[in-house]
Amino acid sequence: MSAGDASRDGDRSPVANADVCVVGSGPAGALVADRLAADREVVVLDAGPRFDPTDRLTRQERAIRPSYDRPDVWDVGGERDAHSNSGEWFYPLNHARVKGIGGSTLHWQGMVMRLHEDDFNSKTERGVGPDWPIDYGDLRSYYAEAERELGVAGASDNPYAPPREEPHPMPAFEPSYSDSLFAEACEELGIDMHSVPNARNSETYDGRSACVGYGTCQPVCPAGAKYDATVHVDRAEEKGANVIDRAAVQRLEHDADRVTAAVYATPDGEEHRQTADAFVVACGGVETPRLLLLSESEEYPDGLANSSGTVGKFFMDHLFAGVGGTLDEPTRQNHVGFYTSACDQFYDEADEDIGPFKLEFFNYAGPSPVEMALTGNDWGDDLVDRLRDGYGTHVAMGGLVEQLPRSDSYVTLDPDRTDDHGNPVPDIHWSVGDRALRTIERANEIQRSVLEELGAEIEWVAGPDATGPAFHHMGTTRMSADPDAGVVDADCRTHDLDNCWIASSGVFPTSGAMNPTLTIAALALRVADDVREQLSQPL
Amino acid sequence: MELTRRDAVAALAAVGATGGVALAARRSGDGPDRADADRDDAGRADGEGDDGGDGDALPDDETVRAAMTAFATVLYPSEVEGVEAFVDRFLDGRLDGSAHATGVRTTVGELDDAARSWYGAPVAELSEDDRDRLLREVGADTADEDSDGTLAERVRYHVVNELLLALYASPTGGELVGLENPQGHPGGTESYRQGPR
Repeated sequence: MSAGDASRDGDRSPVANADVCVVGSGPAGALVADRLAADREVVVLDAGPRFDPTDRLTRQERAIRPSYDRPDVWDVGGERDAHSNSGEWFYPLNHARVKGIGGSTLHWQGMVMRLHEDDFNSKTERGVGPDWPIDYGDLRSYYAEAERELGVAGASDNPYAPPREEPHPMPAFEPSYSDSLFAEACEELGIDMHSVPNARNSETYDGRSACVGYGTCQPVCPAGAKYDATVHVDRAEEKGANVIDRAAVQRLEHDADRVTAAVYATPDGEEHRQTADAFVVACGGVETPRLLLLSESEEYPDGLANSSGTVGKFFMDHLFAGVGGTLDEPTRQNHVGFYTSACDQFYDEADEDIGPFKLEFFNYAGPSPVEMALTGNDWGDDLVDRLRDGYGTHVAMGGLVEQLPRSDSYVTLDPDRTDDHGNPVPDIHWSVGDRALRTIERANEIQRSVLEELGAEIEWVAGPDATGPAFHHMGTTRMSADPDAGVVDADCRTHDLDNCWIASSGVFPTSGAMNPTLTIAALALRVADDVREQLSQPL
Repeated sequence: MELTRRDAVAALAAVGATGGVALAARRSGDGPDRADADRDDAGRADGEGDDGGDGDALPDDETVRAAMTAFATVLYPSEVEGVEAFVDRFLDGRLDGSAHATGVRTTVGELDDAARSWYGAPVAELSEDDRDRLLREVGADTADEDSDGTLAERVRYHVVNELLLALYASPTGGELVGLENPQGHPGGTESYRQGPR
């Protein structure tokens, strides 16, 4: 048991004289807490439980067995996690998140790329979407720090990546056998392959094991080789932070200029008020706007920090594009659960019509024999024959595509449905524009050409009609220098409230097409520095 | 293809069985002949192994192990050898005091009852064809697994998929289909880089 928790012995009452209250213990909240805990009184409130790390193999079994759906692996669902979908596009929210200490990093894939320089200047460079009020240079040193904090295995062989000042903390994972097959085809086509940064230990790092190849990275790494935010929660607690689990924040009490308390409910049915000098809301791109909307008041009748009217607006996710098939030779898939090669060659060709996109070369194409074995009407010799027929020759490419912020894509409250505390649930109204769909087609075109060059028989295409979200919630509390156009300023502090910051991909004005967590981490470290600086002055 | 002790330990690791480490330590250095000697110890360790004889009681460990091994010979491909020792070692770690273990015992008990009613003998004494037939007659071939479901769904969960998961998450089970490091097995980060052998 960590220091903070041990000292409270399961006590969920508020912490006296707290300097900082962090709401949410995913990577953003955990990094902020860790950064400030050494010299500030920090309390972290999380709606979900503290998971027992010794249960991870049991959760792995759930990930493999067919009777468990993805949300079951980390106990997501039920009244606590109820939600609505009013948009044209269905959004499977409970497949996309984990509630609990560590947040969604418990089930994430662990890919950690930096956004490209143009991603911060979309309007200027691509003619669409807003520019961020910060640019790559403002985050560059924080990116490097985030890579060290999370532990990133990577290499500097990507000519399309933004400039970096130092090597990754760990060497990249070596390319796979199937990467070598792709490489021949890509060379013929003039397509460049390069390594990909993983928040997964290629060697022992920070006291955590190197990857041992369980192959179930998403949704659970039993080895702890894949980074998750419990790393920084534990570290923050060792420094004295108090982390209170199953403490669902109901609303933020406030006056006109300051948040005064986080009101949270505990399993015993009690409500508590956690006061603090500063508040950092880090509940992700759905629960953060929901909490602000639930905190409406006479001063803020449309929701807290919502003078701009943009809280919950511009909900974005990355869209998946993919092509898969089979070869007439072994491809050695499903030994590990992560990919080792990518292609960013086409990313910065983005313009008004086609968005940025990245391409991935899968190491886990086709079915897992273990999972195949647990379904079907056969066993014995018939089963092993089916497994041999079904496994071994698959190849696939994936990719992520940028979605632009749109006014008809948003998160709001559903007044007709409530959660286990009687609060209106989040309503996801997800809309996707034509530019994203065209970009998927463009990605598919390249993916198809590579597979055809390989000689693959193409069996599936995840195109505009079969795409889905990558589970990256962005844009709902956007950053803007203009208080009328965004919720937070360039420092991620709310325009309306002097002592409230948001650390989340919710602040992204545009999404780019890179997995967002490294940028979330970099912004969180920057938020922590700003909180410390502001706390050193009269707020 | 021979299933080994390493396979059983790997299968236990894949499902997070708490007995895995203890199993490795307890059996350190022992040979295949030790299986019978250890069996009674394991059966009594959880306090549930000596309930045989009461119609509503759970079957004892020896009955469960015998039935599961008998089913494994049906469920596993004929080319696999060492099934009895593999299943025995796997169950060393799986038949602990957990709700899962109770589910396995309960389900095997019901199957044994069905075997006695329909075939006049317990599972372990049925021919391989009859064991196969029994599983299909209860509907385990077409049922979706469900640990709290109907008998067919529970048999699929606690017997059929339990044993198939153990096999195909083990290195030898993976190699049956050309995959040395199957999902669930911490087989390292080398095999994904290697070409076909």
